[in-house]
Amino acid sequence: MQEKALITVIGEDRVGIIAKVATLLAEANVNILDISQTITGGLFTMIMMVDITHCNLEFEALKKSLSDLGAQLNLKIEIQHENIFRAMHRI
Amino acid sequence: MFNFGEILETLKMIQEENLDIRTITLGVSLLDCVDSSIAKTCENIKQKIREKGQYLVETAKKLEIKYGIPIVNARVAVTPVSLLAGGFTETETVKIGYALEEIAQEIGVNFIGGFSALVHKGFTKGDINVLNTIPRVLAETERVCASINVATTRAGINMDGINFSARIIKETAERTRDKDGLGCAKIVVFANAPEDNPFMAGAFHGVGEADYVVNVGVSGPGVVKRVVEKIPGADLEELANEIKKTAFKITRVGELIGKEAAKMLGVKFGIVDLSLAPTPAMGDSVAEIIEAMGLEYCGAPGTTAALMMLTDAVKKGGAMASSMVGGLSGAFIPVSEDMGMVRAVEVGALNIEKLEAMTAVCSVGLDMIAIPGETPVSTIAGIIADEISIGVINGKTTAVRIIPVPGKKAGEYVEFGGLLGRTVIMDVNRFSSEKFVMRGGRIPAPIQSLRN
Repeated sequence: MQEKALITVIGEDRVGIIAKVATLLAEANVNILDISQTITGGLFTMIMMVDITHCNLEFEALKKSLSDLGAQLNLKIEIQHENIFRAMHRI
Repeated sequence: MFNFGEILETLKMIQEENLDIRTITLGVSLLDCVDSSIAKTCENIKQKIREKGQYLVETAKKLEIKYGIPIVNARVAVTPVSLLAGGFTETETVKIGYALEEIAQEIGVNFIGGFSALVHKGFTKGDINVLNTIPRVLAETERVCASINVATTRAGINMDGINFSARIIKETAERTRDKDGLGCAKIVVFANAPEDNPFMAGAFHGVGEADYVVNVGVSGPGVVKRVVEKIPGADLEELANEIKKTAFKITRVGELIGKEAAKMLGVKFGIVDLSLAPTPAMGDSVAEIIEAMGLEYCGAPGTTAALMMLTDAVKKGGAMASSMVGGLSGAFIPVSEDMGMVRAVEVGALNIEKLEAMTAVCSVGLDMIAIPGETPVSTIAGIIADEISIGVINGKTTAVRIIPVPGKKAGEYVEFGGLLGRTVIMDVNRFSSEKFVMRGGRIPAPIQSLRN
């Protein structure tokens, strides 16, 4: 079964955010299924739906490398399993 | 795909509003552990708990990472020890307490519940063994929790059981005098104790349960408070509806995590306990929800109504979210664990009598209340009897967790540390209950017991 997760990136806008996140995901063999992104009042917000079924990292390691990248770029990057959103927001 | 609003809402609930899974509790039946030798019995107990329990903390950790939601406690609840202790002496029964402590340490859980006796209708030898050894076990162990069921709607109220419990509480306080009577934070006296309650100190594994079961307790006072604050102009109907929706979401998270934990451990999923349980952290307070509804302090006139609405809305939302609802399910109002409650006591808005009235409409009861150390046993018994009566006549669970702090007086402070918090010592009514409670015997079951 396909396992999906949601990545959220929030912070100040700058050049190359999507590229850097996408590169990290490609290296971890995580496929991006959907991206939506907005900038409101200079605040960059991006949500990605990704497929982690064939990810070559443990979930914990993936989470850590995303949050490390976030620290480098001065952004908050979170990854959470899709189920929690499905449980909370879909009946 | 989920929309921005939904995703940000979830993140906010977790990161800013203290939404967490309060506890994952593994229930373990010990009925098959009894042997004629106490040493073998203790070994069997440890082995039975170890079999699944050794993976519990690790499972909680994994789920925490996967969903990014804090799982605050992993705990174990066992069959009431009084059911195992009948064939042993008191000295031997104490060893069961030690065995529970050892295994709790080994598998890394912070509490293990079930050093319990069910005496609502009468005492067995096993019950007496446990009751007599509770003060010693609680003083000599760190993680073992005890509970005593002294009444049910069907059986009535065992006043001898209440007197016994009051004496135990007093003795436990004395034995843990150097820690301000901390041992009493690990005893709960119940009416209508549920068999699937994941919350300590009152958790035990009922005889109707399977060998192993995972129960989950969710919590989210911070989330509910935020919802209440967000709609300051709303009328009570709209407010109740918003709370209901939030309770739904919180409960769904609990069910998801509970089911997944059960699957990972290879055991049955039991129930989600839909409770709002506070912590001493700022903003994680039931009192603050009540205050956000428009009361100057928790305890002001209107508090019982506000709490009733809150408890009911939480249950309605939760019942829709999960079919497996159980435990206590309501709003916890422990004093020392809830900063808002402590503040309300400090300013004089809240006293024991008002708290008692509030427990008529919510779960649990008089919880984590510190009283003067010199309070007589009969007064403690009277307080317990009052609270237990509310549960019995209303066909619901109520409980008392009260701490007579040795050597301290009303108005002084006591610090229990960690999740147990700190509080000011509350005054108790100084008039005597002695003659009434010392009559002993059993208050007959109310007429509601004849239901069929």
